[in-house]
Amino acid sequence: MVREKDWRNTLFDVFNHAFILALGLLALAPLVNLLAISLSNSAAAMGGYVTFWPVNFTFENYFAIVKSPAIYRAFLISVERTVLGTAISMFLTIVTAYPLSKSAREFKGRNVLMWLLVFTLLFEGGLIPYFMVIRSLGLLNTIWALIVPGVSVWSVILLMNFFKEVPRELEEAALLDGASHWQTLWRIYVPLSVPAIATLALFAAVWHWNAWFDGMIFMTNNANYPLQTYLRTVVIDLNSTTIQMDVTKVDALSQRSLRAAMIFVATVPIMLLYPFLQRHFVTGIKLGAVKG
Amino acid sequence: MAIRQIGYKESEQGGGAWRRVPAFADPKTRAYIRRNWPLYAMLAPTLILLAIFAYYPMYGVVMAFQNYNPGLGFTRSPWVGLANFERLFASPAFPRVISNTLIIAVSKLVTGQIAAIALALLFNEIRRVLFKRTMQNLLYMPHFLSWVVLAGILMDILSPMGLAGKVQQALGMEPIIFLGSNFWFRPMLVVTNLWKEAGWSMIIYLAALTAIDPDLYEAAAIDGAGRFQRIRYVAIPGIMTTIILLACLNLGDVLQAGFEQVFNLYNPTVYETGDIIDTYVYRVGLVQAQFGVAAAAGLFKSAIGFVLIIISYRLADRYAGYQIF
Repeated sequence: MVREKDWRNTLFDVFNHAFILALGLLALAPLVNLLAISLSNSAAAMGGYVTFWPVNFTFENYFAIVKSPAIYRAFLISVERTVLGTAISMFLTIVTAYPLSKSAREFKGRNVLMWLLVFTLLFEGGLIPYFMVIRSLGLLNTIWALIVPGVSVWSVILLMNFFKEVPRELEEAALLDGASHWQTLWRIYVPLSVPAIATLALFAAVWHWNAWFDGMIFMTNNANYPLQTYLRTVVIDLNSTTIQMDVTKVDALSQRSLRAAMIFVATVPIMLLYPFLQRHFVTGIKLGAVKG
Repeated sequence: MAIRQIGYKESEQGGGAWRRVPAFADPKTRAYIRRNWPLYAMLAPTLILLAIFAYYPMYGVVMAFQNYNPGLGFTRSPWVGLANFERLFASPAFPRVISNTLIIAVSKLVTGQIAAIALALLFNEIRRVLFKRTMQNLLYMPHFLSWVVLAGILMDILSPMGLAGKVQQALGMEPIIFLGSNFWFRPMLVVTNLWKEAGWSMIIYLAALTAIDPDLYEAAAIDGAGRFQRIRYVAIPGIMTTIILLACLNLGDVLQAGFEQVFNLYNPTVYETGDIIDTYVYRVGLVQAQFGVAAAAGLFKSAIGFVLIIISYRLADRYAGYQIF
C-alpha cells in the first residue's frame, strides 16, 4: 500500500477514523441505552433520567422476567423451534444440495428438479393462500407450522455451489471402494464442507430465533407464542389487551424498564451467537451470499 | 458390444432389426437406477415439502377468483370471476398502498445502496486492522436483530422520556411524534433501514474492494493521484461491476417495501403514507377475513414481482455477467 506523509492525507485519515468511530458508537448507543434502562429502577426510568449508565441499579426487572411463567414458556418455545427448525432445515439442505450438485449427465432429470426449486423463489402464492394451506393441514397452534415449511432454497443453492467445488478425485476414489452416494455424502462431502454448513446453520438459527410473524398468525392461542411474537404483543401492541403480563406486581415495576429488560433478554441469544457468526461472515461471502 | 446386446432382442418379425425392450430391462439403465436411486430419494423430502408449502399455495391463488369459503377450500369454493379484482381496484386504499409501496421501497433501495458503497469506500481506507474489525462488527450487529426488537428499541428512544425526547427537551424543541406523523413516517423507515442494513450490505463491496490489485493504487500514486483521486479512479471503477449487479438485483425488489419493518412501526394515523401492499393484504385478509380481495391483492403483487425478478436477473446477466442459478 502507498504511504505518503502529506498533511492532506493525515487530515483525511483523522476525519475518516472519527467519522467511522462515530457511526460505530451510534450503532452501539441504543443497545447500551437499553441495557442501562433495564438495569435501572422504575422511578429513574420513568422519569427519563437514564442515558448510558443505570440509575439506582437493580436486577428487579430481570427477576420479574425469570419469575414470569408466560415469558419462560415463550422462551422455551423459541428455543425449541430454533433447535428443531435449524436441525431439520440443515438436514434437508444437505440432502437436497448433494444430488443437485451433480451434473445433468450424472443425475438424470437434475435440471428439471432444480427448476422446481428455483421457481419457488420467483413466484409465490402469497400470504392468504399460504395461511389457508397451513390451516387446512391442521397445523395451526402446533410447533410444526413454524418448523416444517422451512426449506431455504437459497441455502440449498449456496451449499450446492460449495459441493461442486469438492474435488472429483475424492468421489471417484470412494466410488471405486464401493461407496454409495449416501456414504459419499456423509463421509466426504459433509466433512469437507463444515465451514459452509456451520455458516448456513448459524444463519438459519438466527432466522428462527428472530421469526415472529408466523407465530403471530399461526398461533391463535397466545400460550403458544414464541418469544419474539410474545415480545411484540407486549412491547409494540401497547394497547393490546390480549396479553396481560402475569407478573402480578407489574405496577411496582416500571413498564419501561421491564420492557427494556424483555427486549434485552430476546437479544441475548443472538449476542451469544454473534462471535461465531462474525467468524463466518467471510465464508458467507465466499458462498456468494448476495441475498444476505 | 456383447454386454450391450443383452438389452436388445431380435425382433420377432425377423429381418435383423433390433428393437428396444422396455427401459427398465436395459442393464445400463438398471445399473444407473441401482447406483443412483438414492439421489432421487434424497431430493424427495424437500420436493414433497415444496409441493405442500410452496406449490399448493401457488395453486391457491385461484381463491383470488373465488368467493372463498374456508370450509369448502380451494377446490369447491364458488367462482366469482374478476369480482375480487374489481372491488380491489375500486377501493380508495389500493392506489395509496401501491404508491406507498413503490415510494418506500425505492427510497430504501437507493439510500441503502449509496450508503453501503460510501461506507465500504471509507472502511477500505482504514489500515488499523483492530479498529476496522471492531467497527465492522458494531455496524453489522443490527442486521441480526429482529424488527420486533429494533422497533421496541426505537419506540423507547422516541418516547418523551427516551434519548430523542431528552435531546429535544434540551434543545427546547416541541416534541415531535415521529411515528405518528405522515411527514416523518417515511423518513423514519429510511433511517431505521440504514441503521439495520447499511453496515451489513457494505460487506459485498468490501469483498470487491479487496479484490482490486494493489499495484493499481501504487501506479496511480506514482502518477501523482491523491487520496480522493485514487478512490475516484481506482476503487470505484474496481467495484463498478458489483455496483451494477446490485442495482440490477434491486430492481427485482421495488415491490418489497419491507413488511416486517413497516408492520412493527406503523399505526392507523400513518396509513396515509405508510400502508403498503403486504400490510394491506394482512389486514384485509387475516383481520377483516375478506379472503378473496386480499388474495387478489397478493396475486397482483406476486405477478408483477415475478416479472420484475425475471427482468432483474436478465439485466444482471447482461450487464454484470452474473448468473444466479
